[in-house]
Amino acid sequence: MSVLVNKNSKVIVQGFTGSEGTFHASQMIEYGTNIVGGVTPGKGGQVHLDKPVFNTVADAVTQTGADVSVIFVPPAFAGDAIMEAAEAGIKVIVAITEGIPIKDMIMAKEYIKQRDVRLIGPNCPGVITPGEAKVGIMPGFVFKKGRIGVVSKSGTLTYEAADQVVKAGMGISTAIGIGGDPIIGTSTKEAVELLMNDPDTDGIVMIGEIGGQYEADAARWIKAQGNPKPVVGFIAGQTAPKGKRMGHAGAIIGGADDTAAAKMKIMGECGIHVVQSPADIGETMAKALA
Amino acid sequence: MNIHEYQAKEILKKFGVNIQEGIVVDSPENALRAAKKLNADTGTKWFVIKAQIHAGGRGKGKIKETGSNGVVLVKSFDAVIEAAKNILGGTLVTHQTGSVGKTVNKILIAQDVYYPGESEPKEYYMSILLDRATGWNVIMASTEGGMDIETVAAETPDKIFKEWIDPKVGLQGFQARKVAFALGLEGEAFKQMIKFIFALYKAYVETDSSMFEINPVLKTSDDKILAVDSKVNIDDNALYRHKDIAELRDLSEEDPAEVEASQSDLNYVKLDGNVGCMVNGAGLAMATMDMIKLCGGEPANFLDVGGGANAETVEAGFRIILKDPNVKAILINIFGGIVRCDRVATGVVEAYKNIGEIDVPIIVRLQGTNAEEGARIIEESGLKVTSAIVLKDAAEKVKEVVG
Repeated sequence: MSVLVNKNSKVIVQGFTGSEGTFHASQMIEYGTNIVGGVTPGKGGQVHLDKPVFNTVADAVTQTGADVSVIFVPPAFAGDAIMEAAEAGIKVIVAITEGIPIKDMIMAKEYIKQRDVRLIGPNCPGVITPGEAKVGIMPGFVFKKGRIGVVSKSGTLTYEAADQVVKAGMGISTAIGIGGDPIIGTSTKEAVELLMNDPDTDGIVMIGEIGGQYEADAARWIKAQGNPKPVVGFIAGQTAPKGKRMGHAGAIIGGADDTAAAKMKIMGECGIHVVQSPADIGETMAKALA
Repeated sequence: MNIHEYQAKEILKKFGVNIQEGIVVDSPENALRAAKKLNADTGTKWFVIKAQIHAGGRGKGKIKETGSNGVVLVKSFDAVIEAAKNILGGTLVTHQTGSVGKTVNKILIAQDVYYPGESEPKEYYMSILLDRATGWNVIMASTEGGMDIETVAAETPDKIFKEWIDPKVGLQGFQARKVAFALGLEGEAFKQMIKFIFALYKAYVETDSSMFEINPVLKTSDDKILAVDSKVNIDDNALYRHKDIAELRDLSEEDPAEVEASQSDLNYVKLDGNVGCMVNGAGLAMATMDMIKLCGGEPANFLDVGGGANAETVEAGFRIILKDPNVKAILINIFGGIVRCDRVATGVVEAYKNIGEIDVPIIVRLQGTNAEEGARIIEESGLKVTSAIVLKDAAEKVKEVVG
């Protein structure tokens, strides 16, 4: 078992023939992900990276049975791409694109609400189930197979956490990069819930950032469930000033309740093993499971 | 992107939002001319002189050089000139600017809208912003106008009324009425408020804004509803479809190093500490700053060099960090995934050599693909650079330097 993606996932790439799409699609194929084709409007019928190119996601789904899509479409067209994937019956949409206008994401999120689909991202590194499927841009070799799930708003910090978990003698069941934008498809709590319900996950690393309420919501939910699995938590941005956007569009302190300190306090009160230093994630998980 | 009050008001007016009329100027002579024109156009005899900087708290804030407040009410043409002299070119310090303050290059000469009449003028608060929890925009309104909304939220949360807008259909009449009733309005003022809310929402949506804050919204003594102040924040990601708004960006309001960094496609935020850092990825960059603090240092900046950390981006990063005289050490923290550590190491060495002698210690932590090879390149370069692979070691080395 695993969550979201596995060796049976049939993955298409939206924005397949662009430079980003091409590079990361070939990396995913090399990793062993079952890429069944791609979509670039106007290039339907071509073959790219030995895979068929389709004009629409609907064509791709009909002809390949694809159930997962990973989106590399430029920001101005990415909201549209998300809606197209949802309408075509894709079950898991992973939107890598950074820089989508908020207004477009409000509409896209609203559109997919009534459909049976899960959106991961945007502005995220993707999802990886080691040894089965890498749907995203993360370096696959860092994620050795194991029984620790990772939920994170950030890219390289996710790799860092996974690396520490592996070096501490454990491995990764599924790592979910939920994204650093103000509007994302899957919240921290929803991603944590997936991993809590996964019989192959024994512990969860939850990495957040300043801004928003997702980590506090997840922490309260975990407590309400009776802390069924140990969770190690870290919030980046303890030293970030108020009102300044720290790289990610969503990483901005608005008020007193979305600072790193406020989130870490709530997480601690909810029984999460909160680490002050990002260097302590792996060791703390090892101890929590001992 | 933030814009000035006068720019925000121009946008609002274009969408039919009633505003406190004003004219922006950059000299005392023009201030007088503006006041005379406002007098002719609106009949106002009193004027409000408002410093135009990108920070709140201007009314209570003080000009360092003259002691004047950043917003003053004056009651004669002579006083307009006097106030303009006291504010223009001065350094305004408010609770949002930090002790350094901001230079005032422009002032807004505005009509007095608190004139006496049939009823008492009354101030309200209104904002429109994205509610991240629901993914919908929300209108927030309060009878406690003119106050800091965070204080209101903390002390009397029941005085804040919220109305969420379904993006499928947009703002509906009953919603605008709920807001206006919640503010206790009736008669002509009620009707005017409905118009105000609809115009405001239209402006918000059509400009791709991420936040509007109108504080105060004023009901005048003759039942007009006006935006007296306005803070507008535009979604940076949508600026490509609003070229006219993008041009409103005032680079003089931003840190020069941040402007330079953005021109090199680097994401840099200047901070007050003593340890500079250069990191790939925003989350890891924030985490690295936090680690510097735990090691006894203070981060001097946030700097995300992005996915393709190479000699050029590293050199640009070095140059920006080294401009800050407070920097006593630099920590480079790269997790090489797709980008290989040996390449990054070569880039660091090249950048270092291009700059010449760097007289602060540098700690380079490379982890990920080809990490050992990267460390060897750093060690063998002969440069005064320490290398680390594990994050904990990097932290220890920062401690040695700042401790």
